[in-house]
Amino acid sequence: MDEKKKVGVFVCHCGRNIAQTVDIEKLMEKVREKYDVELVEDNMYMCSDPGQNLLKESIQAKNLNRVIVAACSRDMHEPTFRSAAQEAGLNPYLVEIANIREQVSWVHDDKEKATEKASKIIGSTIEKVIRDEPLEPLKIPVVQRALVIGGGIAGIQAALDIADAGYEVTLVEKSPTIGGHMAQLAETFPTLDCSQCILTPKMVAVSRHPKINLLTTSEVVSVDGYVGNFKVQIRKNPRYVDVDKCNLCDDCTAVCPVVVHDEYNQSLSPRKAIYIPFPQAVPASYVIDEETCLGIDPLICSKCKDVCLVEAINFDMQPEIIEEEFGAIIVATGYDTYPIENIGEYGYGAHPDIISGLDFERLLSANGPTQGVIRRPSDGKVPKTVVFVHCAGSRDPAKHLPYCSKICCMYSTKHALQYKHLVHDGTAINFYIDVRTAGKDYEEFYKRAAEEEKVIYVRGKVSEIIEDGDQLLVKGVDTLLGEAVEVHADLVVLATGLVPSKGTQEISHLLKLSCDSKGFLKEAHPKLKPVESALSGIFIAGTASGPKDIPETVSQASGAAAKAATILASEFLEREPQIAQVDPTTCGLCHTCINVCPYGAIYLDEGVRRITVREALCEGCGSCAAACPSGSIELKNSTSEGIRAQIKALLQG
Amino acid sequence: MNKLKVAVALGATCAGCDVAILDLNEKILDVIEIVDFVFWPTAMDFKLDDLKALKDGEVDVGLYHGAIGTEEDEEIAKILRKKSKIVVAFGACANFGGIPSLTNMPYESKMFDVVYKESPSTSNPEGTLPQKETEIEGTKLTLPGIRKRADSLNSVIDVDYYVPGCPPMVPLIEQVVDVLRVFVEKGTLPPKGAVIAGQDTLCKECGRTKPETISYKEFVSPQEVKEIDPDLCLLSQGILCLGPATRSGCGALCTKMNVGCRGCLGPTDKVDDHGLKMISALTSLLEVEHEEEYTEEDFDKLLEKIPDPLGTFYRFTYGVSMISKLHPDKEE
Ligand SMILES: Cc1cc2nc3c(=O)[nH]c(=O)nc-3n(C[C@H](O)[C@H](O)[C@H](O)COP(=O)(O)OP(=O)(O)OC[C@H]3O[C@@H](n4cnc5c(N)ncnc54)[C@H](O)[C@@H]3O)c2cc1C
Ligand code: SF4
Ligand code: SF4
Ligand code: SF4
Repeated sequence: MDEKKKVGVFVCHCGRNIAQTVDIEKLMEKVREKYDVELVEDNMYMCSDPGQNLLKESIQAKNLNRVIVAACSRDMHEPTFRSAAQEAGLNPYLVEIANIREQVSWVHDDKEKATEKASKIIGSTIEKVIRDEPLEPLKIPVVQRALVIGGGIAGIQAALDIADAGYEVTLVEKSPTIGGHMAQLAETFPTLDCSQCILTPKMVAVSRHPKINLLTTSEVVSVDGYVGNFKVQIRKNPRYVDVDKCNLCDDCTAVCPVVVHDEYNQSLSPRKAIYIPFPQAVPASYVIDEETCLGIDPLICSKCKDVCLVEAINFDMQPEIIEEEFGAIIVATGYDTYPIENIGEYGYGAHPDIISGLDFERLLSANGPTQGVIRRPSDGKVPKTVVFVHCAGSRDPAKHLPYCSKICCMYSTKHALQYKHLVHDGTAINFYIDVRTAGKDYEEFYKRAAEEEKVIYVRGKVSEIIEDGDQLLVKGVDTLLGEAVEVHADLVVLATGLVPSKGTQEISHLLKLSCDSKGFLKEAHPKLKPVESALSGIFIAGTASGPKDIPETVSQASGAAAKAATILASEFLEREPQIAQVDPTTCGLCHTCINVCPYGAIYLDEGVRRITVREALCEGCGSCAAACPSGSIELKNSTSEGIRAQIKALLQG
Repeated sequence: MNKLKVAVALGATCAGCDVAILDLNEKILDVIEIVDFVFWPTAMDFKLDDLKALKDGEVDVGLYHGAIGTEEDEEIAKILRKKSKIVVAFGACANFGGIPSLTNMPYESKMFDVVYKESPSTSNPEGTLPQKETEIEGTKLTLPGIRKRADSLNSVIDVDYYVPGCPPMVPLIEQVVDVLRVFVEKGTLPPKGAVIAGQDTLCKECGRTKPETISYKEFVSPQEVKEIDPDLCLLSQGILCLGPATRSGCGALCTKMNVGCRGCLGPTDKVDDHGLKMISALTSLLEVEHEEEYTEEDFDKLLEKIPDPLGTFYRFTYGVSMISKLHPDKEE
């Protein structure tokens, strides 16, 4: 350790990016004069091959054991220079970046002062690099199996992709069937292909895939561990019907005395306490709704059991806790729609003929409550005028959701179009603020509705909807004409936006995933890491991270699956070794660090009574080091003493 | 066996440190067995001239307690250093400036105003302030001048060992006696700069159990709590305790009595700003489970419940704190 520190400093011009504000010649002179360095070199582009070669050759020629590259942010090229140094035989963790671009040339004009600042930053980095110790990356074994939470189209696609890549997948779905919201849709924009027709083959593929273990009526109850080694507990709730025995004869529903709202049909039709969500449900089996069944324990009714010839019904089924290990997790817990009950100006959802977009999907569906004939809920009449209200409860920061859900314009257009196809003499009026059609073939779809199919578009916000006889009076302002409009409608469809599902909220707490201000899961980086969460090994797909249409949901799911597969592909994971370490001689076991670590990386090892860092979990964030009141935690290669020396170097110059 | 020549000198002190030595009770006899007091003005009739009269280096161990508050304190410290082979900073004031260093907060002239003019128990219509020199009936009287800052001992002389505490507790003084005994018998000493106390922090010594998450909604004074759980960490009950940041060695005297640690043993070797470290730990834990639901103002409100934050977090270490350096005397 006491070897002489031979520091080499390499100054990058970054073309003119750095050189036009920093006087490179003078900077090199200053560094040579002020600091104890072995060599100072420069290059037009340090990250280019000649630049990297200069670095490698100098390390070898001058026996450098510490290297500083004065260039751009370490986020950009730290890996480049570290691997170059490694190729020259130097431990990569003995290379540091002095940022003289983002922190100097891009933010200053005065050449002299900028050069002085650049020299100080190099001086400060020297204080760091001479304290750096060689480190080795950590090796962590990987369980080569993935967990997908949520069985909507996002979860289905992710599970299929991972399974097709050859890895085992457990798909956990809360409800009795997979499919999610897409199973409720009639036809999909912009192609108007039937939602079920494109979804159900994928659902069947899931049920048949030898690598997929499907757990419906199941929930994740606890997650422990870290990337490569998540330990997960899943509670499989009883469905009281044996999936393997049930032959879908439907005899049970005839005798069940309990009638409740059918959630699949948005409560627009009834179902029994024993039911199948929809004919193509996967797994293909009936299920007993524990909440509304007359009584399972003690058994009160059991009429269904009596008629079931194949003896599929078993009231003794118990919740089962399944413990499994996974290398990666994908969260695809989806969305709910903004409740129309929240929208006072449109009647709080109290009027039967003011319905949501999702309700309308059911009215449009051949397997819906009206067998695909558009009938309004109040009296079953076919509505002759339908008003579609875009942005219902959206883009309204004062009262409702502040954001745009980006699919509602499209689905309202789709609804109007489908309505026109079904009710040829009907009138469809769409009230909109802006029509947002950013997507492949979306604008054409809108044009077709407005121009060819004569859907009426009124630019303006609907201010109020009131009952008027057996009709509804829709009041608004046409902002293009600048005048008030009133329309009598037989049915009003509110295009409500997307909010994070309850399951998404629950899972974010359970997994300690951070959420944005709207409650959607937050990506590690909104542009560059859209399917990664901040937690290593946990990925997000679909509408759990924000409103999306199906194409975007599916491509995200495939992206997340590919990310997960890269983890599963190797038996070991390498991780950055710049993590926290504890000095047990001064640690007072105050537990502060345990509480502040956002990654749950610290625990008290009761056996030896020592604070211990789980190396695989520590992200090197430094929260613990800042909080530790006894100064006992430090990050490797970022000691308090070193940081102080760096600050001093900056202040003294 | 040669007895050790020991001198006990003092500066800005309440003399509690002297009493602490006497608190050894019958063990003081063990001390007398190995020690000759050659200077200890509080306990015996010594004058500064007696110390001055000793040869340089004649004193084996010089203990100094109290902060360096006056010019005379500084002078005495320097004399002690000259006369002693080993100098020990004894007690919180000599270690960190202690309570007297809280006077560094106002500026010199203001401090005088507070003490000699504004305090409720003072009547001083002429506004007389202490002077370094006064003539009364032709006789010149002098008082030692007050320094701009009350400082720790090591800010004016080289210090060999440190014994913190306000005052150092009997178990620590016993450790000092043990060190002296080893010195007498074997001639060996701990490494220079050693702190004679625990190396870790009080939580370990305190032994109260920690709940899984330590998180408090508000701070309360012990008297506001109906029933303090005697086995549960005080902090998790909302009672401010500096134990996490404070060196162990006291035997957890305060927390045993349901009183939060006040920090008189100062920080560990790893920390140089005691108060700052405690503040960063405390605020990191504050409602850690729900912090996302809080606004800055909510947090401010919680923190308002801490009376006299500077006095609370820097009661003993203000003199050596970084924050005290942000308080330059504007009079200069
Ligand atoms: C009215 C309407 C019309 C639409 N029309 C179209 C269209 O025409 N074209 C188009 O491209 N898009 C359309 N969309 C958007 C489309 O519905 C979504 O893009 C897509 O369904 C999102 O799928 P998902 O898997 O992300 O979420 P979801 O479909 O919500 O699936 C989430 C799944 O996760 C399950 N789950 C939730 N929490 C948990 C948990 N904690 N544990 C286990 N399981 C859980 C849920 O039960 C559900 O099965 C429309 C949306 C609406 C509201
Ligand atoms: S915060 Fe520091 S002193 Fe407290 S338990 Fe953690 S390492 Fe130990
Ligand atoms: S550095 Fe961050 S992630 Fe690592 S143990 Fe400390 S608080 Fe946890
Ligand atoms: S009471 Fe104070 S010293 Fe004891 S464990 Fe709690 S914080 Fe630590």
